[in-house]
This record gives sequence, structure tokens and C-alpha cells, in this order.
Amino acid sequence: MAIPLSYNLRNLAARKTTTIMTALGIALTVAVLLSISALAEGLRTSLETSGHPLHLLVMRTGASAELVSAVTQEQYGVVKTKPGIAKDASGNPMASLELVTVIVLESPENPGGINVTVRGLTIAGLKMREGARISEGRMFTPGRREVVVGKGIAAKYPMARIGGKLQFGRGDWEVVGVLDAGRSVANSEIFCDLAQIASDQNRENGLSSILVRAENEVSMQALIDDLKADRRLKPEALSEKAYLAQQTQSAAPVRAVGMFVSVIMAVGSCFAAMNTMYAAVARRSAEIGTLRVLGFSRTGILASFLIESLLLSLIGGLLGCLLVLPLNNVGTAIGSITTFSEITFQFAVTPRIMAVGVAFALVLGAVGGVFPAWSAARKQILTALRQV
Amino acid sequence: MSEPIIQTRGLSKEFARDQFKVVALNGADLTVDKGEFVALMGPSGSGKSTLLHLIAAMDRPTSGDINVLGQNLRGLSESAIAKWRNAHIGFVFQSFNLLPVLTALENVELPLKLTKLSKSQRIEHARRALELVGLADRLDHTPRQLSGGQEQRVAIARAIVTDPDLLLADEPTGNLDAVSAREVLTLLGRLNREFGKTVVMVTHDPHAARAASKIRYLDKGALLPEGQQPEDWEVR
Repeated sequence: MAIPLSYNLRNLAARKTTTIMTALGIALTVAVLLSISALAEGLRTSLETSGHPLHLLVMRTGASAELVSAVTQEQYGVVKTKPGIAKDASGNPMASLELVTVIVLESPENPGGINVTVRGLTIAGLKMREGARISEGRMFTPGRREVVVGKGIAAKYPMARIGGKLQFGRGDWEVVGVLDAGRSVANSEIFCDLAQIASDQNRENGLSSILVRAENEVSMQALIDDLKADRRLKPEALSEKAYLAQQTQSAAPVRAVGMFVSVIMAVGSCFAAMNTMYAAVARRSAEIGTLRVLGFSRTGILASFLIESLLLSLIGGLLGCLLVLPLNNVGTAIGSITTFSEITFQFAVTPRIMAVGVAFALVLGAVGGVFPAWSAARKQILTALRQV
Repeated sequence: MSEPIIQTRGLSKEFARDQFKVVALNGADLTVDKGEFVALMGPSGSGKSTLLHLIAAMDRPTSGDINVLGQNLRGLSESAIAKWRNAHIGFVFQSFNLLPVLTALENVELPLKLTKLSKSQRIEHARRALELVGLADRLDHTPRQLSGGQEQRVAIARAIVTDPDLLLADEPTGNLDAVSAREVLTLLGRLNREFGKTVVMVTHDPHAARAASKIRYLDKGALLPEGQQPEDWEVR
């Protein structure tokens, strides 16, 4: 049987200041890692919940984003007659011709303005976004210069609230509603009537993309193949999920910097834990000798000090989780390198991320604790007893 | 007929200190019979503690044979020695060496953690050992809440809790006032007489040594023949 855990816990409690300072160091490291992970997770969740599994996005050949794509009314006419496209209740094909552009909106945090996506669509397009609902105000009226804004936009830009006017194209657009699309990227967009914005921007025949819903998973690939093989179209056709997945790369630079900072901090925390544990071993040298005299083995001593280091890092890991927990669901935004506009989303401090944070802390504790524990176990009994 | 419990033959221990070789114990032949209470006396550096540490297998001899409780200690591995010590030896330190974060009861229970006893059995044994040393009312006290004499009695309870055959004490009264020292010596004497424990105690205090049934002297690393004292030894 091992040296009792209460021995380690009480020793940690006995040197409160050292324990708290070391645990705090580990906690801050874990907090940095968790913040970055929560940001990436929030973006991933936002993008993943956005795409419909049966949606296809049709763009111009070579276009990597809707913003740089161009499709015509004629191509739309060809696409919507393809077999394998799902029909709505009225028997119309579920295919939405859309126009995507970018406007600059100012906010108190960014007086210079930030790019925001404006999407022109028809009733068909709105119907295909079942997860989105008007949470405030009403839907825009086709043929009028009205917009509805995603809730992320409404929260961040004072001018994009109901009754506000947004200036773009040939004049003012009135904000008439706020769209709640759960965690979807639709919260980061502004929606308006397709015909109205196409006319406003002189792009009646230079639209951006066609969103299509396949009947089922089997017909989806066939539809992609059919679209790609059509010489009249020669389009870029890919699933909406795949398109959105590309955008998760937008968090890569932030993530890389975050990981770099975390690693640097982790090395520091590791040394802090090591220093604390070496001090503990030195201070308790006579206790180590006594335990050996009582019959505890070298392995038992090693395990005991390693466990103590793990307990110390566990405290740090849990503290790190507590520090980051208030970030959960806090709104943030990141510039998409695919759409050149901002995606608003919420930090997601999920149990999985916290578990990773605690595991990370335990790794720090193990690495920081193994050498001091080894030095404790290696002590000769008499040497240990004499080191007071 | 007497039954030897400790037998050493030509037992020596040398240390290397810087570039010098220090002979701490030089060819000691010691026999301690079961039920004896032997005091090892001598001036500082005479080798008495070294001999005690070798008997407790806390250190390995440089040469010579050592047989304790029928076990040739030179042939045992380190883990076997740890188990053997836990089962057969009770050790009492000069500085008590209690774990400061544990209560008296937990300190005494500690050696039993290495046995197969259940938690309730361990607590029962530890409680009884503390009762025996007269500290039944101090079970939940930490060492800091006890006097020196009480700490040493807890340490004795810890040494006897596994019911060892042999009690080894290294200057058990060295850090105690006269009253506490007397209590501890009385306790060791009682454990020897009433419970049949063989006791080997290192001391340089002649008053303490009087508690023993036999005194053996060491001088400059040599164990003197029975009845012989170092020439310059002054009885205080």
C-alpha cells in the first residue's frame, strides 16, 4: 500500500503560498491554452452548425469564395433543373441564387470599420435556412431597400440595430429585423432582397453563387458530378460543409500564436513546478528517510512525490478552467481569410476543452515532478535522515 | 537457554570522506540475546550509531557478517530489506521523526499501511499502541501540538505498532528534559520486561544506560569486550 494521499494533500496545504503561486502559474498557462482552444472551438462550432449536410454551393470555376465568384441567371436556370435537387412543399426546386458583397461597418471598437458580408437572396434562399428565425422586428420586404441583420452584427454595431440606416450602394438601407441563427455564421451576415441589391450594385447578371439542396446523401455526389460535367456551367461545386470547413483555417494564425505562447508558458510552469517539488524534497529529506526506515520502498517514495506534483498541477488545471469559464459564450469575431469579412461567434469553453486543459496541466505536473520525485527516491536512508 | 537475536562477526564500516578513508566500525563482534535490553555507549564518533544502523539494515557493512532475527542481512535485496524492517524492526529516533502533517494516530498507523490489515484493523492497532504509551487522549493531535516527551512516546508507539521483535533506539532521550527522558526510559523498560521486546539503545547518557540490562561500550570504532569501558570514559 502506498503512502497516504492525505500526506501529500496536507503538505500542499501546509505550504499554502508556494502551492498557490505554483498552481497559479500553471493555471495561467492552462488559461491561455483554453482561451485559444475555446476561440477555435467557437469558430468551428459556428461553421459546423452553419452548413446543411445536403447543401451544395455552386460557384464559378476556380473561385475559392463566394465573394470572388460570379454566376449568371442563365446558369441558375440550368442548375435548378438538374435531377437530384430536393423540392419544397410547393414542388419548386430548392436552389437559391445569391449575391454576396462586403460593406464596411464602424463600431466603437473599430472606428475605421470592419468588413461585413451582405447577402442578397430570394424567398427560396430564406426558406433553405430553416435554423434562422427573426428574433426582433420583421423580415425584409422584397423590392424595398430593407435589411435584416444577424444577431452578432446587431450586438456589435450600433448602427445595425432596428430602425438604423446602413449606407451602401446607392443609398440608405433600413434595418427592419434581427435574425437569430443559433451559432451559425448567418449571425455574422446582413440579408436583403436579391433583386434590390443586384440592381443597386449593377450586378443583375453577375451574381455570386447558387445554393442547392440535394434530395439525399446519395444524390448529392451524383449532383456534384453532374454539375461539374456540364459544359454550360463548368462550375466549382462543393458541399456547403466543405466550403465552411475551409474557413476554420481563419483561426489558424491566432491559434499558432496562442499555441506558441502556451508552449513558452508551459516550459516556465514546468520549471516552477520542478522548483517547488525540489524544494519540497529538500525540506522533507528527514521525512523521506523516516518513511524508508518504516519500510516504504523507493518506488513508494517516487510515486508519492509524483502524485504530489500531479495534485499541484491538478489544482492549477482546475483553477485555469475557472479562470476561462467566464469567457464561455462571450461574443467575439475573427476576420475570415476566405470571405474577407468578419465572422462573429462565441467562445466555446466545452467540457472536452476543459478536460484537455486539465490533462495539459497534469502533463506539466508529471514533467515537473518526475525529476524531484526521482531524486527523493534515490536518496540513501542515512543521507536523507542527516539532511535537516 | 539464551537465543541470540543479533549476531555480528567482524562487522566493519568504512566511509570515504573527501580523499580520506574513515573507519566508523572496525570488526565488531556483538551478540544480543532475545529479551535483552542492551545499551550501546561510547563517546561521539565511537561507532555506536553506525552499529545500530547496520543492525537496522539502514546501511550496508563494508565487511563482516550480520545476522538479525535469523536473517543474514548481507544477502537481502533492498526491497526485501524494506519489507523485513517493516515486519521485524521498530526504530526510535533521537529527533522523534514524526511526519508533521499527520496526527498522532496517523503517524502510528503509517507502518501498518504496508501490511494487509484493513483500515479499521489498522486504526484499532494504532489506537492500542497509543494507549500503551499513555497517549489515548492525544490521538488527533499533530506533532506540533505535543510536547517533546509526548512526541517521543508517539514515535515509540509507531515503533511497536507492527509488534516487532526488536526495538532499536538511537539516543531516544537526547532531545528530552529529565522528566520526559525518565518516562521514555521507563516505557522502553516496560516494553522489554512486560512485552518481551529485545531493545538495543544507543546513548551517551549513563543515566539512560542504567535502564538497560547490559551495557556495551564502543571506542574509536571498536566494540570493547563485555564489562570494559574506554580508558578516558568519565561517568558523569
